[in-house]
Amino acid sequence: MLTYALVAGVLFGLYFSLVGMGLNLVFGVMRIVNLAHGDVLMLGAFVALGVATLAGIDPLFAVPLAFVVFLLVGTLLYWVLVPRLQGSANPEMLSIILFFGLSQVVEAITTIFAGTSERSIQSRLLGTVFSTIKVQLFGGKPQTGPIRILGQGFPAPWVIAAGTSLVAIGLVYVYLYRTRLGTLTRAVMSRRDEALASGIDVDRVSAAAFGIGLGLAAVAGVFAPFMFGSITPAFGADATVTSFAIVVLGSLGNPLGTALGGVVYGVCYMLVQTYLSSWADLLPYVLLILILLLRPSGLLGRRVRVA
Amino acid sequence: MPNAVKHVLFILVPLIAVFAVLPGLYQNHLLLFNFVTFLILAQGVNIIYGFTGYLPFGYVGFFGAGAYGFAVLVMHYQSPALVAVLAAGLVGVLLGLLLTPLLRLSGAYFAIANLAASLAVLHLVANPALEGITKGPYGVSLTGTFNPSHAYYAALVVLTLTVSGVVFLKNSSFGLALQAVREDAVSASMAGVNVVRMRIAAWLASALVAGLAGGIYAWYVSVFYPDNVFSGEFSIFAIVFALFGGVATISGPIIGVLILYGVYNLIGFTTPQYFQLIYGLLIMGLVLFLPAGLVSLATRRGWHVP
Repeated sequence: MLTYALVAGVLFGLYFSLVGMGLNLVFGVMRIVNLAHGDVLMLGAFVALGVATLAGIDPLFAVPLAFVVFLLVGTLLYWVLVPRLQGSANPEMLSIILFFGLSQVVEAITTIFAGTSERSIQSRLLGTVFSTIKVQLFGGKPQTGPIRILGQGFPAPWVIAAGTSLVAIGLVYVYLYRTRLGTLTRAVMSRRDEALASGIDVDRVSAAAFGIGLGLAAVAGVFAPFMFGSITPAFGADATVTSFAIVVLGSLGNPLGTALGGVVYGVCYMLVQTYLSSWADLLPYVLLILILLLRPSGLLGRRVRVA
Repeated sequence: MPNAVKHVLFILVPLIAVFAVLPGLYQNHLLLFNFVTFLILAQGVNIIYGFTGYLPFGYVGFFGAGAYGFAVLVMHYQSPALVAVLAAGLVGVLLGLLLTPLLRLSGAYFAIANLAASLAVLHLVANPALEGITKGPYGVSLTGTFNPSHAYYAALVVLTLTVSGVVFLKNSSFGLALQAVREDAVSASMAGVNVVRMRIAAWLASALVAGLAGGIYAWYVSVFYPDNVFSGEFSIFAIVFALFGGVATISGPIIGVLILYGVYNLIGFTTPQYFQLIYGLLIMGLVLFLPAGLVSLATRRGWHVP
């Protein structure tokens, strides 16, 4: 039981890291609270739903599709909303309200087109592309059913989601530390004014970060129907708070911090779920408040906050 | 005539008079009650956000806690409604005291922590393990104290109290000091302002009015579920109304509630998605094009708005 909870916690935790990653990038770079983050997740889930039901192929193909679509959407949205917002007196506060409005719009439009019913995707559809390739190359029967880790069986989608998250975290790391745009992004993260003064095109860097942030959220959303069972247009709001808990738990502007935050969150979540299930709903909020009060810069963070 | 007297005579008295007379002329009393509730909440948000700059994104936590404070007192101690309303205010203040450490956080951190706090209170109240005390997720029914017209006038009293509080903030050195803290805490403390005490006082005052409003709401509706009284809509609406009119003024939040909540009821509840869409667009337009609220249209021209 304990091993199960721990391994499931790590699997969920890796996935939760992916959930929080995009939010971390957006808040770290722009000091903007993207309250519509959860709604992008929800839209990503609907992309997966579309791929699985309309095209009838493995929902895994929705990953690159969702990423590219929301990368473009995010870059566009940045230019429409953010420069104007940052001209106002208190952009950090007003961003909360602005993106709340956006999340309402997204939720309303999705509800108008998709209705409020719960939707899910058959979990065996996910990853069929792997088993098909395996069968073609090595022969044998397509493997179905749970994947065994440490003698315990776990649903295959959990493992696939965790694996994808690992890859995505790795790619974000490479982007931030091994590319030129990533270096500029980190410069904007640490001191926006100085980056501007040294001739960095802050808007272009921020637009890229915003696009990538939304893209990552959409990728996380592709797996949401498998991780949470089903999905509704109203799913976004809870997902946003959870993402915040994870981001703050790790630390701001540090993707490795978010990975750690996600795993800690996932393990706590599974342990509480296993041993004290009626209190599990409270966990994200209590954890968030505690960490904000005791260590506002997160587990791995330097102090970033002034006064 | 001092400004404070003018503000009371020309804003507070007409407002209360209109809402005291309206129930005799207009049939939909629930709507009037909701107006009064949102006027209280918007002014409560004004006290904390307008004068100190802390955005209480989980403001509904105090409201819901007040409603449940009222319910627990009535259910378990059969106390009269008025006593229970006062207790609801006390519950709001106690929750505010419990959350004072959050004031150490700044900017978005505070807003998010406050949101998390309100959700934590919701899940605590709605926890089936506490069914013996709060009836958990199954809701409470307080038919014994049901008296909508008394509750309505109690709400008017609280509204008077709240608006008077804002008039005081607008016309006293205390309110000026708060705004100085909002603009620059370090300079304000250099000038001899006790920053921490000021913030806590404003925070508890806004918690008190939300707790009282919650208690009266429980009295008025008498049957409710945790999801009703902890609905995030209360926080959002109160913030958006206050912001739409313009915070750190007396009249801004009042104008905001009267216009926006009026529009809300005109569009109606028949197709909630379309309503949500329009509302979301309205909020976005507000932030992008009128971030300082309706009153900024006047102040930009150099007119003074109380």
